[in-house]
Amino acid sequence: MSPAAPGTTTGSTAYETGIGGLGEPPANAYLSVRDLRVHFPTDDGIVKSVDGLSFDLARGKTLGIVGESGSGKSVTSLSIMGLHKPGTVRMQGSIRLDGQELVGAPAETVRGLRGKKMAMIFQDPLSAMHPFYTVGDQIIEAYQVHNKVPKKAARAHAIDLLGRVGIPQPNKRVDDYPHQFSGGMRQRAMIAMALSCDPDLLIADEPTTALDVTVQAQILDLIRDLQRDFDAAVIIITHDLGVVAELADDILVMYAGRSVEYASAHGVFNEPQHPYTWGLMASMPRLDRDPADRLMPIKGTPPSLISVPPGCPFSPRCAYAARVGAACVTERPAFHAPTSAHYLACHLDDGERMQIWSDEIEPNL
Amino acid sequence: MSNPRKKRLLAVTAAAAVTALGLAACSGSSGGSNNAATTTTAAFDAANGKIFNPSDKKGGTITMADEGEPDSTDPGDSYYGYTWDLMRLYGRGLVMFDVAPGDGSSKLSGDLADGLGKPSENAKTWTYKLKSGLKFEDGTAITSKDIKYAITRTLDKDIFPDAPTYFDDLLAWPADYKGAYKSKGVDVKSAIDTPDDSTIIFHLKNSFSGFDYLMTTSQAYPVPEAKDTGAKYKEHPISSGPYMFATYEAGKKFTLKRNPNWDAATDPQRKALPDGYEYSMNVNQDDIDNRIIAGDLDIHVTGTGVTPATQGKVLSDPNLKARADNPTLARLWYTSIPTTVAPLDNKDCRMAIMYAMDRTAYQTAYGGAFAGGAIATSLMPPLIPGSLKKDFYPSQDNKGDLTKAKEALTKCGKPDGFEITMAFRNERPKEKALAEAFQQQLAKVGIKVTPKGFAKKDYFSTYAGNPPYVKANNIGLAANGWGADWNDGYGFLAQIVDSRVIRETGGSSNISVRMPEVDKLIDQAAVETDNAKREALYGQIDTLVMDNAVIYPGVWAKALLVRGKTLTNVFVNQAYGMYDYTSLGKQ
Amino acid sequence: MAGPVSRGRPPDALPVLTYVIRRLIAAAMLLIVVSMIVFTIFYVFPRWAGATPETLATRYVGRTATAETVHLAAQRLGFYDPIWVQYWNWFKAIFVGSTYDMGTSIEHCPAPCLGYSFQSKTPVWPDLLDRAPVTFSLAAGASIIWLLFGVTVGVVSAVRKGSLFDRAAMTVALAGISLPIYFTGLVSLAVFSYALGWTAPGGSYTPLTTNPAQWAYSLLLPWITLSFLFSATYARFTRAGMLETMNEDYIRTARAKGLPSRTVTLKHGLRGALTPIVTVFGLDLGLLLGGAVLTEKTFSLNGLGKYTVDAIGNQDLPRILGVTLLAAFFIVFSNLVVDLLYAVIDPRVRTA
Repeated sequence: MSPAAPGTTTGSTAYETGIGGLGEPPANAYLSVRDLRVHFPTDDGIVKSVDGLSFDLARGKTLGIVGESGSGKSVTSLSIMGLHKPGTVRMQGSIRLDGQELVGAPAETVRGLRGKKMAMIFQDPLSAMHPFYTVGDQIIEAYQVHNKVPKKAARAHAIDLLGRVGIPQPNKRVDDYPHQFSGGMRQRAMIAMALSCDPDLLIADEPTTALDVTVQAQILDLIRDLQRDFDAAVIIITHDLGVVAELADDILVMYAGRSVEYASAHGVFNEPQHPYTWGLMASMPRLDRDPADRLMPIKGTPPSLISVPPGCPFSPRCAYAARVGAACVTERPAFHAPTSAHYLACHLDDGERMQIWSDEIEPNL
Repeated sequence: MSNPRKKRLLAVTAAAAVTALGLAACSGSSGGSNNAATTTTAAFDAANGKIFNPSDKKGGTITMADEGEPDSTDPGDSYYGYTWDLMRLYGRGLVMFDVAPGDGSSKLSGDLADGLGKPSENAKTWTYKLKSGLKFEDGTAITSKDIKYAITRTLDKDIFPDAPTYFDDLLAWPADYKGAYKSKGVDVKSAIDTPDDSTIIFHLKNSFSGFDYLMTTSQAYPVPEAKDTGAKYKEHPISSGPYMFATYEAGKKFTLKRNPNWDAATDPQRKALPDGYEYSMNVNQDDIDNRIIAGDLDIHVTGTGVTPATQGKVLSDPNLKARADNPTLARLWYTSIPTTVAPLDNKDCRMAIMYAMDRTAYQTAYGGAFAGGAIATSLMPPLIPGSLKKDFYPSQDNKGDLTKAKEALTKCGKPDGFEITMAFRNERPKEKALAEAFQQQLAKVGIKVTPKGFAKKDYFSTYAGNPPYVKANNIGLAANGWGADWNDGYGFLAQIVDSRVIRETGGSSNISVRMPEVDKLIDQAAVETDNAKREALYGQIDTLVMDNAVIYPGVWAKALLVRGKTLTNVFVNQAYGMYDYTSLGKQ
Repeated sequence: MAGPVSRGRPPDALPVLTYVIRRLIAAAMLLIVVSMIVFTIFYVFPRWAGATPETLATRYVGRTATAETVHLAAQRLGFYDPIWVQYWNWFKAIFVGSTYDMGTSIEHCPAPCLGYSFQSKTPVWPDLLDRAPVTFSLAAGASIIWLLFGVTVGVVSAVRKGSLFDRAAMTVALAGISLPIYFTGLVSLAVFSYALGWTAPGGSYTPLTTNPAQWAYSLLLPWITLSFLFSATYARFTRAGMLETMNEDYIRTARAKGLPSRTVTLKHGLRGALTPIVTVFGLDLGLLLGGAVLTEKTFSLNGLGKYTVDAIGNQDLPRILGVTLLAAFFIVFSNLVVDLLYAVIDPRVRTA
């Protein structure tokens, strides 16, 4: 399935300014982000963590947001949840959840949506759960904040949830403290907590990073199963393309606070268009790869978000910048869709890029 | 100044050499303060020499506070001036100082006794007759045996280590007598005889004309043997006075209530106006001052005066000052001039110091006119009978006479001055200030003074009171002070001018007076039972010492006291140097 | 699934008990060491410095005492015995009691006998029992005030970091920490008690059992004065702890659940910041129970602190020893309580 938003013509305003790229959200979009900019004023200058981001997500669909650390993917998720500390952040653009605008909405309104319509799973379940309360209490609390039910009913609900996320003997383990759980169980409990109010949007921020490989797969399976059961829209945020390969319907690749490529998972994996995505794929371990071939990490480091270079932020690390010339350092590449519903922001000529892909990149993956 | 221990041992050893002279009746005037001056106008010193707010109104509770604790509430184990003032509330002796303002209290009257003691020819035997109808708080009669028992029990210094040792030393106890507890049943007739319940006869080892004074001390208050609880007696001493113990909490508080068995008819002195007294111990002294000023407290019981901080407040506020009294105490702050240190063996060199020193600087060093005291021109404070009213070394505004000082120096052969060391106690900032004042003032005539501080506890035993040390270390000046046990010339002078109390191994408070003619006069006075003659003898001693320039008298100590807001019948009893605690009443 | 549910694993009673017993034994040993140290300071050091039994005894007799009187006192106080005998006699009396000569009778001092005061010849233990309620009242009231006030101010300051309230509160707190209690105490007495007459004057303590209202009235100013100092410390301490805790991941989780910010701050934030506060509180309270020296002295409250000062001023060794031991006991005991409280607060400690 391709991104829900139909590509707009290369003449739109957003396109011209090189920021937006997507048009009106489609009717079935549960979450629509348009031209999101999240800036943090600091003593050293303005940190532009997210600087022009747009995407759409429908219920029952999964979006993978991929990028290196510092690319703005976690900031994006916290912005949707409204979890930035008040007063520290400047948000512009639009986040519409089920038709309701969240940017600029009263904090109390957003709080009422948290947990109920949108929920989040965090990276490290040990530090993300309160060490002094039992797992059950924390799930009960999450349930009761949005549902006026007696404690007993909430507790039964918590046990039920724990059972559904695969915790054995949930009626016993409900009274355990987080430190009494293993890492994988903690993440399952986190998921149970997030699902307690049956949210329509579930954001999983690096849900498996802190876990070992076999557990990772179990957790990802669980998320997929639950998504089917709950019919939720899911965002999985990861630095690892592999995590989303099987799970995601669409993939958004972020770099320096911007989207550089946005397409269906099939499109990104089979015909990635952006040199940065190529780099990510080259650095991704694959079972079908000859172990003799070394992984190819992307050379260089991401730019400082306080002073993002003009032009293409990836250009200093881009092996093909020379083929374009000055535009890469002076002109911000437009976010456009050269082929239907496959957006990217790159100065390379479409034909040349396809040439490079088929000649240089694909054979070496 | 802040040391409440005013009392000092009376060295009876001095009296030992004395032989008896004739005796005349110390005419005891009985009856209280009927014709004393009174005032109802609040003013500075309104209760000093006069009765302030005279009243006969009974009732109320008088509250008192102590920044520390009394050594004991047992009359047999106490040696503070203020406890002696206070214990008259629940104890009576054979004799007492008249309860009267001004000089009125210098008179003695019979208290339990029907009059003063009748001395024998040689003043070695003293006989007292008890009044009739005297009762303890439990209703039992007070007899001569209870007084005998009281005195014998205080001889046990194991149980009562605080009381003075007058009776131990003066009376003719049987050999190896150890007091009522450890020598139980031993006949003490050789010292105290009680031929019947109302007669008591004291047998002294040597003549002593001032024995009546001893009978005013709390040690001689009667104690019923059947009710004696030894070291625990202090928790409830059996009262012979108008008040008795109601409660006692060690280290915190005790309260007195009326003694139903006290008969006012036997006691013309005590007014017994309030219904009770409340005495708090270990109270912060700043707090005491503030509470008295605010009216929450009536009496700062130790009578040592307010803190320097409160002093400033009191003196600068006319309303507060009108509530203050500034009595002179029977205490002299002085400087010894040892004659063993060259060139002070020369009288003229000593006189140079007498002339050169600025008396106002002396006064300032001790805290000024109110807290420090009045400038002293001789030894005996004015409230001691026989004190002199003569300035031996006059100078303009008391600032010192440098011309006469230089003349004296020339006369003694040291026209360019000399060098000496001045000793003072490290713990006493006032004495340090004094030493610096001497240093500054004497430098004007070329006398170089080096102040040197010593530890208080070893001051007399090892340093300033140790003659070899004084001589070897050129100590030409030594800060000193003395307070009388009671207000007579003997109590004041004996310890500081009698050369026979000087011990070559150290430990004497007489540092500088070694005059045989003075010693002779002391002996003469000790057996002189005529008041006027005796007082004249003490005046002669004072004159001799002043003329000889061996003591520089500094200030006669004063205390700044604040009267409780609602007190009536307030006045300073000069015998104790503080308010009389038996006369007070509440509005 | 519903119905009665067991609250986690049954607590292991036995290990807790052995732990407590082990700690109590260690505490007893510590108290013995403390008593030895105090004994050494007041009995042995003076001897090393050249004091003789007689010079030591001169403190406990009148100033005009004769050599014989001093000798008797030294004998009565046992100063002629070897030091270890003196210590043993003192130590033994705690368990078997001791006897004292009152002159007219022999007085038995039952266990726990902490000796008789050198100065007043009264037993020390009843003194301590008598003084402790004053100190307890002072400590209890003040600690409640400073906990409520200090922690509240700290939490609000942390939540509104950088606000006018925060800056004002922290400035006042700094003043509170810097100002000595005898200054704030005397000033507040002068103002509130003597000038305005709102509070009781110093030295007026009414036992709780006599009249609770009067009790609170008499202690109000000491409570406020003492708690001012501690509130300041606790406000700063709480603020720092809250600022740290509010950055924890679990706070973000709590917010992500949609909890109201009050719940996030108090139930999750304050609870997380509680451990260090409880630790410090336990130690402070233990220290305070041994006597709030300056407060009691300033307000003339006859508690253990003033008892200590008076005892030291009088060089009354049995009293010094007794009250020191009691103070040490409170500190050791409160340490133990704090350690047990850890387990209550932090479940991770329970299984560790």
